[in-house]
Formats: sequence, C-alpha cells, structure tokens
Amino acid sequence: MPSEALVKISDLNFAYDSRPILTGINLEIPRGKLVAIMGTSGCGKTTLLRLIGGQLMASSGKVEVDGQNVGALGRSDLFKLRRRMGMLFQFGALFTDLSVYDNVAFPLRENTDLSEDLIHDLVLMKLHAVGLRGAHGLMPNELSGGMSRRVALARAIALDPMLMMYDEPFAGLDPISLAITGELIRKLNDALGASSIMVTHDVPESLKIVDYVYFMAAGKIVASGTPDDIRNSSDPFVRQFVWGEPDGPVPFHYPAPTYADEMLGARHA
Amino acid sequence: MLDAILGSFARLGFRVTSRIQRLGNASRFLLATLLGSGTAWRRFSLIVRELYYSGVLSLIIILVSGLFVGMVLGLQGYDTLQRYGSSSALGVLVALSLVRELGPVVAALLFASRAGSAITAEIGLMRATEQLSAMEMMAVDPVARVVAPRFWAGVISMPLLAALFSAIGIFGGYLIGVVLIGVDEGSFWSQMQAAVDFRLDIVNGFIKSFVFGVIVSWIAVFEGFHAAPSAEGVSAATTRTVVTSALAILAADFILTAFMFTGA
Repeated sequence: MPSEALVKISDLNFAYDSRPILTGINLEIPRGKLVAIMGTSGCGKTTLLRLIGGQLMASSGKVEVDGQNVGALGRSDLFKLRRRMGMLFQFGALFTDLSVYDNVAFPLRENTDLSEDLIHDLVLMKLHAVGLRGAHGLMPNELSGGMSRRVALARAIALDPMLMMYDEPFAGLDPISLAITGELIRKLNDALGASSIMVTHDVPESLKIVDYVYFMAAGKIVASGTPDDIRNSSDPFVRQFVWGEPDGPVPFHYPAPTYADEMLGARHA
Repeated sequence: MLDAILGSFARLGFRVTSRIQRLGNASRFLLATLLGSGTAWRRFSLIVRELYYSGVLSLIIILVSGLFVGMVLGLQGYDTLQRYGSSSALGVLVALSLVRELGPVVAALLFASRAGSAITAEIGLMRATEQLSAMEMMAVDPVARVVAPRFWAGVISMPLLAALFSAIGIFGGYLIGVVLIGVDEGSFWSQMQAAVDFRLDIVNGFIKSFVFGVIVSWIAVFEGFHAAPSAEGVSAATTRTVVTSALAILAADFILTAFMFTGA
C-alpha cells in the first residue's frame, strides 16, 4: 500500500566530493498537491530535484517516490520509475535538431509501442493543452523563451506522469508568459491528478498557485508552510526572501576579512 | 628548496595519475558504448542519420584534399623517379603511398578535424543545454541513443572515406603524371596493378583506417559527453578531440605499420 506522500525524503545528506550541498533534509510531497521549494540561488534546490529523479545519489538518507527507495533501484527499475515522472528543465532542454512535434513525440516513440497515428493524436493533444498546437511544425530556434518552456512542458507530460518536477519554470519569462506558465502548471497538476514539485525563487507567482512551500538556505530546510503562513511569517529569512530585502540572514557581502584589514594590509604588503 | 622539489614531483605525479584515470574512464565509456549499441543497430536509421552528418558531409574536404595530395605526389614522385630513369614507376609510387599511408592517415586527420570536432561540439552542447539530462529523465539512455549511433557512424565512415581519398589521389597522380607530364599511360596503370598487393596493401590500409575510425570516434564521443557544461568547456573539449586524435592516429599508425609492413 503506497504511503499518502508520493515523495518522502528522510535525513538526506548530499555532498560533491567533500563539499556539503544538502544537510539533514526532511520533506514530504503529498499526492495531488503542488509544492514549491524556494531559496536563494545555489542553495541546493536543483540538486534536490536531481536526487528525486535518481540522477544523483545521496551521501546518506533516503529518497522515496511512490514507496520506492530511489537510491536502491537498479537501472531498469529506475528507468521504469522515471517513465512515471516528468521534468521541466530551466530552459526547456528541447532537442535542437528535432521539430516541436518530434520533441513531444520523442518520449512516446522511445518508451511505447504506439502507432504513429496514435502518437500524432497524442502529440497534438499535449500541444493543444499548452496552447501551441499551431506551432507543431516549428524548430526550437524559432520559438520564444516562453514558447520553448511550454513545448518542454508538453513533452514532460507526454506520458501522463504521476510526478511533475519543475526547475525554475519562471526564469527569464515576460509577465504574460509567466502568468500563462503558472496557470498551466496548476491546471496540469489538477487535470493529470499528478503531484508536482516546483523549484523556484519567484515569490509572487508561486504563492498564487502552490499548496505548500518549503524554504531552503545553505542546503537546509529553514521554514515551511502554506502560502498564507509564508506571507504572514515573522521568520527573518522568510521575510527577507518574500519581501526582497537586500540584507538580513542572507548577507549582502560575501564572507571576507574586515574592510580595514584588507585595505591597509594591501597598502603595506 | 626541498619543498619546491617535492611539490614539483607531487604535481607531476598528480598529472600522470589523472591522465591514467582519464584513460581508464575513457575505456569504461567505450565499453558502455559497445554494450549500449544494441539500440543503434536495431534502429539502423539512427546510424544512417549520423552517417550523413559524419560521412557524407565530410566528402568534399576528403575528395578535394585527396586530389591535391595525389597531384603533389605525382609532381614530387616524377621529379625524383626521372633522375633514375624510372618515371614509368610513378603509378606504383603514387598508389602505394596513398593506399598504405597517406590515404588512411590524412583522411583520418581530416575526419578528426571535420567530423570528430563536430561530434564533440554537438554532444558537448547537448550536455551544456541539459538535453542529455532531459533524455535521462525520460528514461532514455543517452549513451545508447546519442553516443552509440555517432560512434558507429564514425567507424563505418572512416574506411570508406579513406578509400575514396586514395582513389581520388591516384586519379590526381594520373592527371599530373600522365595527362600533364606525359608518363606512359600503360606503364602507369600496369606497374601499379602488378605492384599493389590486395592482402598486403589494400587490406592493411583498410585495417588502418578502421582502427583510426575507432580512435577518432571514441575520442570525439568521450570528450563531448564529458565536456564541462559551459562555452569554455565545449571549446576545450573540441580542441582536445582534434589534438588527441591527431597524436593518437600518428602513434597508432607507427605501431600498425611496424606490425604490417616490416619484413614483408
């Protein structure tokens, strides 16, 4: 019997060589919910997504997806699990040598034995869902940033995943594309009956659409709550992040010797 | 002083061990490519597509270079042979030079520059733009889907391109020697036919170009797949492909020649 949480992360630690990236992470993604993981750039959010997708292996701790320990899966079981996951990469990661149509058809052709007629219908349905059915003949270099993101979204949902992962889906989008993408993420989550994890630092757009938020800083979960909890939080880190204050728990200055020491030291060196 | 000496030894040791480690990684990568080649051979259209990009698009540079190399051989060969009254042996000199050495070696060097660098840059950019990661997340193995077809297309293309290089080179030698200078056409072709041995010369030339094809394709896919995901990383990987391939081709050529032609 699968647990209520689709993704369950317990006591997770991860380090590149000996440099710790994630420390003592515990979180759950309930079924059917859209959860945001927010934090400053370089705090380990994308690494966390890669650990959930099995592209990286944890130094210690456990990542469970639908009751399966991702780190303990063999290659073929991991691929089976990934067929039930979809991931939207930061800049879409469309295959530049394939048309929009072939990009969306790619996971269907590679992972199923469906006929080309059926693939044709499915591809057009997925593209219609993201509003780009009319763009199926274009090449990726003919698309705007927002359109690329939507084509990549259509490709990510091609196999009707149970878990969707979004890596910075709002980065570099104009306000209209940003609102469209946000609405699509919410609607697709509900229409597919999927669960979604969204890594982002776009506060206003995320708080509009998500069910729950985890805040990360320096590789740790430092706060969590519903969008209302976050808006009303008195936690200094959350306040700094939500209200965009330049200085606070996340300092403006990179760690350095004192200004006086460095300036005078240099003069007398 | 002692610290500086020990430091330089440590740096040398680190360089040597890291090179050996990289060779080990490359060998494991080659093994993974060979083991993951089933998909590419089952869906041969994947290889055919890469044959076009690696092989067909390299034709112009191979044919033009082959023609000029053959013409130079015709000029230089005639200049030397006529001093000894042996200008009728021009066909033999041109053919043996091309089939045994210049065809496989120069075609491989050109192939590394034209197709090897393109393969590295393409796979490296796929890595930098997360296309390979996206493929992995779609439960598709990039080694089987991206690397293996390019590797085998290179291995298949190389001997064919080397054969074309030699053929057009011989034609270049004919143009200069027979048409321009006036060496007897009958001697040119008949001495060539008598002196060029199928097993010793043509088959050995084919084996050389096959080995060079494996070397160039292996280096190109390995460097591309392991390129640092940035503009500098792809640029450095592309340069390494061309430089390493050139050195490896010349070293392998010496070893193969030592086995194939000494004492024959």
